[in-house]
Amino acid sequence: MLLISKVETFYGNIQALRGVDVKVNSGEIVTLIGSNGAGKSTLLMTISGVNKASTGEILFDDQHIENLPPHEIVNLGISQVPEGRRIFSRLSVEDNLRLGASAYEKGKNFDIDVKDVYDLFPVLKDRLNQRGGTLSGGEQQMLAIGRAMMARPKMLLLDEPSLGIAPKLVNQIFIAIKNINKQKKVTIFLVEQNAKKALELADRGYVLVNGNVTLEGTGQDLLKNKDIQAAYLEGGGKK
Amino acid sequence: MRKNFLQSSIKDSLFTGLIALALFGPIVGLRTVAKNEVLVVSPKWFIVLVIVVVCALGRFLTNLYIYNRDQKYGIQSTIGKSITNFLDTKGTQIALSAIIFSVIFPFLPFTDRYLMDIAIMMLTYIMLGWGLNIVIGLAGLLDLGYVAFYAVGAYSYALFAIHFGWSFWICLPIAGIFAAMFGVLLGFPVLRLRGDYLAIVTLAFGEMIRILLLNWYQLTKGPDGLTGIPRPSFFGLPFKSFPDEGEQTFHTFFGLEYSPMQRIIFLYYLILVLALITNLFTIKIRRLPIGRAWEALREDEIACKSLGVNPRNTKLTAFAIGAMFGGFAGSFFATRQAFISPESFTFIESAIIVAIVVLGGMGSQTGVVLATIFLIGLIEVFRDFESYRMIAFGGAMVLIMIFRPRGILATRKPTITLQKKEAAK
Ligand SMILES: Nc1ncnc2c1ncn2[C@@H]1O[C@H](COP(=O)(O)OP(=O)(O)O)[C@@H](O)[C@H]1O
Ligand SMILES: [Mg+2]
Repeated sequence: MLLISKVETFYGNIQALRGVDVKVNSGEIVTLIGSNGAGKSTLLMTISGVNKASTGEILFDDQHIENLPPHEIVNLGISQVPEGRRIFSRLSVEDNLRLGASAYEKGKNFDIDVKDVYDLFPVLKDRLNQRGGTLSGGEQQMLAIGRAMMARPKMLLLDEPSLGIAPKLVNQIFIAIKNINKQKKVTIFLVEQNAKKALELADRGYVLVNGNVTLEGTGQDLLKNKDIQAAYLEGGGKK
Repeated sequence: MRKNFLQSSIKDSLFTGLIALALFGPIVGLRTVAKNEVLVVSPKWFIVLVIVVVCALGRFLTNLYIYNRDQKYGIQSTIGKSITNFLDTKGTQIALSAIIFSVIFPFLPFTDRYLMDIAIMMLTYIMLGWGLNIVIGLAGLLDLGYVAFYAVGAYSYALFAIHFGWSFWICLPIAGIFAAMFGVLLGFPVLRLRGDYLAIVTLAFGEMIRILLLNWYQLTKGPDGLTGIPRPSFFGLPFKSFPDEGEQTFHTFFGLEYSPMQRIIFLYYLILVLALITNLFTIKIRRLPIGRAWEALREDEIACKSLGVNPRNTKLTAFAIGAMFGGFAGSFFATRQAFISPESFTFIESAIIVAIVVLGGMGSQTGVVLATIFLIGLIEVFRDFESYRMIAFGGAMVLIMIFRPRGILATRKPTITLQKKEAAK
């Protein structure tokens, strides 16, 4: 479904991605783990078209997307939940959700789609008129995921959804991610520093180090891998 | 802790004094006077000393009583919160009473020609403030060249009305469209700019338009300006004291005595309606996808992109629609004055409009009204003390920025950053 080959991305002179190859099949949950500064967010932003790859190809359903502007990529069915949630803090929860729907037929199906979001995250229903910024961190993450789901994506990119969130809510969010994949049939590409949780959830995983993919395999295999255990799981990994 | 604080405040005030010295030393201190046809410097060090002491002392006092943490949430927010709360709970009633008051204003016993003129001027600035609020308050694009669109509207109106003799109601939308086109023209090159850079380019754009108007003599008559701009008529009935043979005028048609006030009152209602349309439009568009996209863009451009909001179109429409209302206001200005020249469209106009929006509390429609009444009222009150006017103006701004740094009506609840600060306290 998503095929990334030899992608390199620069910030000015700084090279953040050094020829990344990643493949995500339809219906899968694929995770990408890596430490801070490895280039995970850069990869997601490059897929979404916010950052441009200087070389390499990105194919989505066999179509080249590496040169498309972000809004066209969203229209094709790739939504991103960006790192740090990026909720519109001074807008209401409802407005945040409506903005998520702005790509999909300008929100014509808001009432239908928003029900799906309530199913995933019932708390949001009671908070519709509250400002986004007044939600707790976990609720904001739920809103960010719900907002991205409003665009009816075929594929959801999630950038560190567990970042800075209470462990109890992290579980809830990972269950929701699983539901989105299993019930709504949305393919998931999950970026995490919380390697254990991500690998337990994922069908397959990749490890990114300094802009290079160094390891790949099934979630279970990677969990058992000695190098990964040393680097990301035993104390090295962030909770 | 306390001693440290005192020390740092003193240091800070001394530093403020130094800055004041560096600024006012050359500007005020080294005054040039003409003596025997040559310019000589006549130093005014005493005045400089007074200014420096006032600045340093002022800084010290604000440090002590306002920026002092123990006091901060005392003075600053009790006043502010109570105003904001009051407007939050009674908002619709207040707005309604304000509109009713504006409608009956021309017929109140104390209303005279002078008050009407001020009211018309205030309404023009309110309309400009509301128009610019779309660009600054909603879309978050700091536009310092808004006067350009006011000018484009005024000149397009004047040129079409003079050369083609078209009526106000035809020229008004044309002027709006022209201004909107200039809005897009400005929008394109600044799409990638934010903050300070955007402000600089828009400022330059405002000046470019003025200089263009000044130099394109064939079209604009340059510094001479355009005269004989047709006055608006009341749905085809002109306001004239001596009608031509067989001509119907406003007063003959309604069987009234002629009075020059009739036209003034008509102009008043005209600008009132135009301003209210601007406000209504803004209130409505905030609930539409495009208005929501403006606000989202102001909050976070990257999040917008990742959600499929097209930032280019969103910014361009904000510039275009903001400019359009500026153009409408410009048309009104042209028809009211019957004479326009580039002098009416200098940077100070942009600055006043921006001040109105910022002091009002960016994005607050009511704030724009309060800030206009305050600023324009202040300028009027000091009309007889011409030389002190700018001091009063500047002083008022400093006071507002000290006591209400987010604007008179920061109706928006504190953002996350502010909450953090409060928590840190
Ligand atoms: N806007 C930027 N400008 C310059 N360098 C950046 C920018 N964003 C990220 N980088 C650099 O690119 C590299 C990858 O960053 P990022 O993709 O954010 O990593 P991760 O998400 O894995 O923590 C880092 O070295 C970071 O310093
Ligand atoms: Mg990251």
